[in-house]
Amino acid sequence: MFELFTDYTLRTVALGAGILGIVSGVLGSFTVLRHQSLLGDAISHAALPGIVLAFLLTGSNQPLPLIVGAGVAGWLGTLLVRTIVRNTRIKNDGALGLVLSVFFGMGLMLLTYSQSRPDASQAGLDKFLFGQAAALLRNDVITIAILGGVAIVVVALFWKEFKLLSFDPEFGSALGFRMGTIDVLLTTLVVIAIVIGLQTVGVVLMSAMVVAPGAAARQWTDRLGVMVCLSALFGALSGVTGALLSSTGARLPTGPMVVLSASAIVLLSLLFAPNRGLVLDKLRSRRVPISTDPQGQAGL
Amino acid sequence: MSEAQLEIQAIALVTAVACALPGAFLILRRMALMTDAISHSILLGIVLAFFVVGSVGSPLLIVGAALMGIVTVVLVETLANTKRVGKDAAIGLVFPALFSIAVILIARFADDVHLDVDAVLLGELAFAPFQRFAINGYDLGPRALWVMGVILVLNLAGLALFYKELKVATFDAALAAALGFSPILVHYGLMGAVSVTAVGAFDAVGSVLVVALMIAPPATAYLLTDRLSRMIATSALIGAITAIGGFWLAHWLDASIAGSMATTAGFIFGLAFLFARDRGLFALLRRRKRQRWEFAQEMLVVHLLHHEHGPDAEQENRVAHLQEGLRWEGDFTEEVVGRARRRGLVYLADGLLTLTDAGRDHARRSFAA
Repeated sequence: MFELFTDYTLRTVALGAGILGIVSGVLGSFTVLRHQSLLGDAISHAALPGIVLAFLLTGSNQPLPLIVGAGVAGWLGTLLVRTIVRNTRIKNDGALGLVLSVFFGMGLMLLTYSQSRPDASQAGLDKFLFGQAAALLRNDVITIAILGGVAIVVVALFWKEFKLLSFDPEFGSALGFRMGTIDVLLTTLVVIAIVIGLQTVGVVLMSAMVVAPGAAARQWTDRLGVMVCLSALFGALSGVTGALLSSTGARLPTGPMVVLSASAIVLLSLLFAPNRGLVLDKLRSRRVPISTDPQGQAGL
Repeated sequence: MSEAQLEIQAIALVTAVACALPGAFLILRRMALMTDAISHSILLGIVLAFFVVGSVGSPLLIVGAALMGIVTVVLVETLANTKRVGKDAAIGLVFPALFSIAVILIARFADDVHLDVDAVLLGELAFAPFQRFAINGYDLGPRALWVMGVILVLNLAGLALFYKELKVATFDAALAAALGFSPILVHYGLMGAVSVTAVGAFDAVGSVLVVALMIAPPATAYLLTDRLSRMIATSALIGAITAIGGFWLAHWLDASIAGSMATTAGFIFGLAFLFARDRGLFALLRRRKRQRWEFAQEMLVVHLLHHEHGPDAEQENRVAHLQEGLRWEGDFTEEVVGRARRRGLVYLADGLLTLTDAGRDHARRSFAA
């Protein structure tokens, strides 16, 4: 634990994973509340062709161009999901699965196509696929912090609108808000949260980071503000814990450790949260019939 | 065409058709994303079975993986049934956790054996012919072709035997229960088929292509037909076209076959999405446009009927006045009047519109409706 303050690499990785946890925790609260948990899965897979194209076009593997490429592709993917759901009888799950797998396949095709050409040099692409937190550089962390910071500031500015969108979009429209535009804005922020995390935890596992902290936080409170803060805290905690655990050196990859830390928090929350926790619920339901209904007249 | 190329296409074809059969039900039952969850979490099943068996080639790995697919479904449903998280969140929580455990186990204990995460996720069909199926040293063809062939036959048999049950349970679960066969049993039967198919397929083509092959062809077929039997047959046909088209696209680009097949599947879906005869985007737009003119003509005849024989009919029922009376643009007015005249709803004399008998009928009918 002490190494956190002395080991430069570890500090960078833990900081990156922690910031990532905060950003995905904040935005994940909204996706969980809006039953769009799997949107993150679709976005992170859909980002691949964008990453490859950005690499092919700019020839650089600096974080920013790749993140922009990932963001554009992920965003287009969500737009397609929405178009399909709106204009056909295919439901949300089918549209998500379709976009996710086809975009990812396209990315794979482009990636192997670029690799088969003689002038290829594609270092840095693989780590977007599976994540390589250990390779996080100071530069990457700064990029993550700036983009994530912008996303959080936007959430703060549009707090009321996002709240309306999550709980009662019809009421929002009636009040004169353009809920469609606000939806696109929130989705864009989710895209940002995901693409900045791809490099750290990878495509498959990034989708968990926008679900787990929010789902855990939901168990502890019924207030949105508290939930978002808790979710950010849980996200940060998972990020830092995962980074620390994987640094113990016993061949524990960071991305999966981060996800498992988040999963552990979810499990604990599901079981032991004060009001919604399953354990207390079980205890209560055992006691209730006896104590509240001594004469057996509750039905009257 | 070399023998290897033929074999790869045969494997791709059999895999695509085998995936399309259960896929149709997944689309209809809104469980498309369960394939995504299953196709990822079977990695853990393979790893665990590998620890038990100690070899990568054993068929027990397939059994372990298929069991893990069922475990995934059970876990997702248990979690969703607590009502503490939504079904979507339950899927999003379960499979990354299982996948993470698998990746960690591989990194820690199985790094030196052939259990490659890349290969599991992405697959490499081009290498499939290297794994042969041989009895007594007699080569019977690629192993993947046999595995997928058996799975295809199993899926066909399951479909033939339980078609009615699947159909009723999918479209009317309450009726299925009333008729005496459990929707839950049908559900787990289907999930078992999905698991086994995904396990067999991902060995050859990778888990992401499994998702593409199970979802894209049935989703495409769903836009083309309303009959379940036809939807399944169309899915299988589209799967077959995807397999062959994808192979040649990959050949041409010198790129991943799995990726090219997913791209082809997406392309075919795109065509159906735009051009399907009844449900395509263009058909939809055409229909919306027709409805707009239809509605405008109705407004016109109702307006005319309303003012007919009235004191202000001379003024209200003039073409020039419609712009004000109905708040229409000039061009739009002309087009509507033109269409209404061609249909024989109104006739025009000196700028004054008069309803024909047909037009009067039409106006009354749209009142009644």
